[in-house]
Amino acid sequence: MSEILNMQDIVKCYYLDTEELVVLSNVNLKINEGEFVSILGPSGSGKSTLMNIIGCLDVPTSGKYILANNNVEDLDEKELARIRNREIGFVFQSFQLLLRLNALENVELPMIYAGVSPGERQKRAVAILERAEKMNNYPNQLSGGQQQRVAIARSVVTEPTILLADEPTGALDQKSGQQIMQLFKELNDEGRTVIMITHDTNIARHSKRILNILDGRLSEGAMS
Amino acid sequence: MLKESMKMAWSNISHNIMRSFLTVLGVLIGVASIIALITIVQGATGSITSQISSLGADKITVQAMGTRLKQGLSEKDMLQLSQVNNVSGVSPTVSGKTSLVYNSKVKTNVTVQGKNDLYFLKEKDILASGRGVNSLDVNNKNRIAIIGSDLAKELFLGIDPIGQQILLNGNTFTVVGVLKATGGSLMGSTNNTVMLPYTSAMKTLGVRNITNLDVYMSDANKSESITNDLTTILNSAFNYRENTFSVLNMQNMIDVIGNITGMLTLLLAGIASISLLVGGIGIMNMMLVSVTERTTEIGLRKALGAEPAQIQLQFLIESIFISLFGGILGLIIGLLIALAAAIVMKFTFTITAWTIILAVGFSAAVGIIFGFAPARKASKLNPIDALRHV
Repeated sequence: MSEILNMQDIVKCYYLDTEELVVLSNVNLKINEGEFVSILGPSGSGKSTLMNIIGCLDVPTSGKYILANNNVEDLDEKELARIRNREIGFVFQSFQLLLRLNALENVELPMIYAGVSPGERQKRAVAILERAEKMNNYPNQLSGGQQQRVAIARSVVTEPTILLADEPTGALDQKSGQQIMQLFKELNDEGRTVIMITHDTNIARHSKRILNILDGRLSEGAMS
Repeated sequence: MLKESMKMAWSNISHNIMRSFLTVLGVLIGVASIIALITIVQGATGSITSQISSLGADKITVQAMGTRLKQGLSEKDMLQLSQVNNVSGVSPTVSGKTSLVYNSKVKTNVTVQGKNDLYFLKEKDILASGRGVNSLDVNNKNRIAIIGSDLAKELFLGIDPIGQQILLNGNTFTVVGVLKATGGSLMGSTNNTVMLPYTSAMKTLGVRNITNLDVYMSDANKSESITNDLTTILNSAFNYRENTFSVLNMQNMIDVIGNITGMLTLLLAGIASISLLVGGIGIMNMMLVSVTERTTEIGLRKALGAEPAQIQLQFLIESIFISLFGGILGLIIGLLIALAAAIVMKFTFTITAWTIILAVGFSAAVGIIFGFAPARKASKLNPIDALRHV
């Protein structure tokens, strides 16, 4: 198994007036290809910040972060956008589908920025949505579970290195949540690396490896 | 990528159709007023210029007030003036008012103009019937008359005026021609005028000197050198006294009018572009609202891999679309207004490529200038803040 993510001594600080607020302190993390990792922590533990840094939406104050052989700290805005496009597939708690686009067009969206031709885009989006069958529906015509399935389809359609999910079941009922977790398991079984951020121990239990985060410190986790 | 951005921009515009339309109005009004004003002023200028040209763009008018000793031009002066280079000839105008009697009908204050053969040779289209003045008439001071169309109707209703005899200031004249009816022009019409050989007119009216002269140019491009030559001759004819004569070149007049209307166009267009500025601010306002509304969308697009430049392009294209749309509608409406004005004011309506380029260029520029700041704002949004924004 090859290593696809390596964080060394990641520190993230925010400055409120003169006060320094350490959100992440000395985080070290290694993730190999094909892993299913949960990062478990209560709100305010720094897990969202960690997710933003993993997802290249934010950069650390100090430390070294290598993602799929890219040294992230050396990259500018444009290159970060390219990394997000190619290496990361985001799944959000509130789905974040564009309401003006139908399911198919939403799935095509990241491929636009990857420069895939229109014909190829449609072909790939149709292929990945084949089981969902409601590909011409708009988000407000879909249930929460269906919307999240479309969002997951959107996140994997570019074949990213990591699937990064932020509380993916947070806005769903019990049953839909279970189905979504099942989908993540299937994707992981197909060899996809999944990193999931959650505060819910029951959800975290679906993964193969659990990391606890508390007050900005990450620890290899026994379940609590 | 450009095509995608255009598609996305269009989708957003059509989704907010009412708001987009109201924003478009600002640019529309600005462009429409600029196009209408420019087209109307150009049309009116064209009409004035062609009226002046119809008075004779190939003519130079000489007016000689003369000195106390020499109150006008002599035959010798006229001969000299007609021999200037690039001049094909001169035609004096002797004018005055007198009474006219025909068959016991009396008309007073009839305008009489004395002309020569050259005048009727040059102004080919003025006769409705009969003949004009020829050189024999001038040399022999023949008592012949060419009458205006209204006079012909009034005096000779139902009979052919040609061959009839009229009394002008007590002298008998034979009518040999009738002038065509003319519309009102800057110099008035000749519908109530009687034209005589200028020599006969001088005798009948008791005029001794010629004070008014048209110089016909054979090459209108040489008008300046001709004017100089004429001035030289006239100066020596009047002993270099000041204010004894004037040389009026029609081309100069056309140029002056062109300058005035050019300035007028600029002034009006300047005023109209204020509304374009207001329209631009409207676009900027709408785009800023749009960026705020779509903060989450922008964050998502960034998370999915949109580069800042791509976000900026999308918003810029949106504002250019709106502005161009306003520009094109404004162009059409402006031209329609100008067309209506052309029909009412009776000038020729013309669309120039220049007008279209101006409208499209102006509106595109407005879209770029006023769309730039909102688009830049969108591209600089931090994706984390943007995603958290609900």
